[in-house]
Amino acid sequence: MDANGLLQIFVYCLLIVALAPFVGRYLATVFAGGRTPAAAILGPVERGIYRLCGIRAGLEQHWTGYAGSLLAFNMLGVLLLFALQRIQHILPLNPAGVPAVPADLAFNTAVSFVTNTDWQAYAGEATLSYLTQMAGLTVQNFVSAATGIAVAVALARAFARRSAGTVGNFYVDLTRAALYVLLPACMLGTLMLVWQGVPQNLQAYTLATTLEGGQQVIAQGPVASQMMIKHLGTNGGGFFGQNAAHPFENPTPLTNMVHMIAIFAIGAGLTNAFGRMVGDMRQGWALLAAMGVLFLAGVLAAYWAESQGNPALSALGIAGPVNLEGKEVRFGIATSVLFAVITTAASCGAVIAMHDSLMPLAGMVSLVNMMLGEIIVGGVGAGLYGMLLFVVLAVFIAGLMVGRTPEYLGKKVEAREVKLALVAVLALASGILGLAALATVLPAGLVSVQDAGPHGLSEILYAYASAAANNGSAFAGFGANTPYQNAMLGLGMLVGRFLVIVPVLAIAGALAAKKTVPASAGTLPTHGVLFVGLLVGVIVIVGGLTFFPAVALGPIAEHLLTGAALF
Amino acid sequence: MIRELKPALLLLLVMTLLTGLAYPLAMTGIAQALFPAQAGGSLIERDGRVVGSLLLAQRFERPEYFHPRPSLAGAGYNAAASGASNLGPTSVRLAADVAARVEALRVENPNAHGAVPAELATASASGLDPHLSPAGIEYQLPRVARARGLPETRIRELVAAHTQGRDLGFLGEPRINVLALNLALDDLTAAAWP
Repeated sequence: MDANGLLQIFVYCLLIVALAPFVGRYLATVFAGGRTPAAAILGPVERGIYRLCGIRAGLEQHWTGYAGSLLAFNMLGVLLLFALQRIQHILPLNPAGVPAVPADLAFNTAVSFVTNTDWQAYAGEATLSYLTQMAGLTVQNFVSAATGIAVAVALARAFARRSAGTVGNFYVDLTRAALYVLLPACMLGTLMLVWQGVPQNLQAYTLATTLEGGQQVIAQGPVASQMMIKHLGTNGGGFFGQNAAHPFENPTPLTNMVHMIAIFAIGAGLTNAFGRMVGDMRQGWALLAAMGVLFLAGVLAAYWAESQGNPALSALGIAGPVNLEGKEVRFGIATSVLFAVITTAASCGAVIAMHDSLMPLAGMVSLVNMMLGEIIVGGVGAGLYGMLLFVVLAVFIAGLMVGRTPEYLGKKVEAREVKLALVAVLALASGILGLAALATVLPAGLVSVQDAGPHGLSEILYAYASAAANNGSAFAGFGANTPYQNAMLGLGMLVGRFLVIVPVLAIAGALAAKKTVPASAGTLPTHGVLFVGLLVGVIVIVGGLTFFPAVALGPIAEHLLTGAALF
Repeated sequence: MIRELKPALLLLLVMTLLTGLAYPLAMTGIAQALFPAQAGGSLIERDGRVVGSLLLAQRFERPEYFHPRPSLAGAGYNAAASGASNLGPTSVRLAADVAARVEALRVENPNAHGAVPAELATASASGLDPHLSPAGIEYQLPRVARARGLPETRIRELVAAHTQGRDLGFLGEPRINVLALNLALDDLTAAAWP
């Protein structure tokens, strides 16, 4: 660990906290239907979209209608993206002449992008045409992110309303998220990335004759436009196989900083927007503080672990920062670790270093980030509604301790809400542990494991945690592109996405219908240090009780064995 | 059911046109107009032929060139098949690969000073890492100087001119672009021996 590395971490955190109120104010305006600076241009586009699609923007939906529209939109998205991959070889914009994607891989990739996971069982430059990248993946990068934001906004509305029958209009929330939030930010960001060297073209792959006379085929494409939404929407699916480690996706430490800020910007801003929507800014800061505590603990632990280097390699007589396997020189140890923790804390899943080659405890931080349910800032929208599920559990536990009906923001939290929150928490846990357990015993699952010993178990755990938590990063030695893994990881993604979203919307419906009770002397304040501590405690205990045994057999066991090349 | 699906389907198609075609195509047009070189992949031409991209490592094996980091992209430095080892920290294969690379580096660089820098013995994340740290260059410098018949100090000057510091003074790590340095070396040699 060195001073410069710590400075990068500190400056990054400062920038995110400083940005949050601005992003939050903008988001709150957008989702209250308010007028934004770009309304003169985007307003007519927005109204045109509603007219064209037959969406009655003024008509709000009951939570069941909201969930129904969301599911319909997302299932159609899976079908369209699946079809596009299957017929890409007969469609235009395919200069590399890639063939149709096999059915199992096309299913996995379609589910993966619709659920905001963006797991890459494919290598983009060898598998997908430019048309599939743009009209398939880029589109889902936008709308899956917008879907997450919409759910979070619906839940925030439910806390703010009293005795209401509706939580908003899904199509309107989705359209406004895409149009007013994601598109303008992506257009600016894309130009910044191109300036720094990220390609943006539709040319065929270039054949170069190298200085020594060899041949090198240079894959390119419309990279920058996809990079920006990939990070801003916490998607994480790379244009190239090696994702943001590829110099064309992420040529300089400066583009890397842009990527990192983009990953947290909306998630952190949403906590602030939540505070504004419920009429108490401190509530938003409290949520962000809980996220910040967990983030800093993770990043410092991972940075420490990675800085120790790999004693098995040091013994071979090499010098400098030792653990550079799977890392890039321009990023080095500190930047690589910071990105690894950010990308797994948010459900982004882009990588600039190979997580499989991280030291065991540094890899464990990424794994645990996902197992906790991507609530440390988290995926856009998903982070906020995931965190609010833990808030429901925290106030419930606090209520049990003092013998009072738990309440949050004036809403009584009753049996129905707690049960629904537990359904969501258990869906994630069973998606990770249940499916990972299956993969450890079935021969069809085991063939994908690259490394023997505890690291092999880590690879399986990581894959299913990444799928169910909708992250998308991997211990990429794991051979994910088999029919079994494509199907089961796809199932994990669906469980982890929609078996969380539907309970969250049900909670939103229940809360919106409740009256607000005024705070009394017995009300637990939910904006102070005490509550932040309680919330962090509940998250750590729930996560610990659920996942510690599995983690002990994987990364912790491997850590105890480092220093020798064993497997 | 059909009534419910109609707006969903129409909105999906509109979003496909807007974010999947209009957005990337507009950005392509603007990017090509504002930053044509970068948008085109930072390609480098010599005598009218593309010799590579400034951002991507390419294979260098001759002693008179600096060699980039080991690559597992395809069969090595394949810019259409980025790749890494993904070997875990307790992997026997990783230790064996690194040991073999250390041995090969020592044989190639008999006049090098000090231990082998880790970056030269470990494979990069992309397989196309275009950079080396100052230590990775310094280790190979005596070999390159001998092969080119140039004094080490002359090459060291060139390296210093090609060394990029941390972005904004604190982001990332100091680095040298290997392809740019090798091109400059060729120019230098051509000027010295016309």
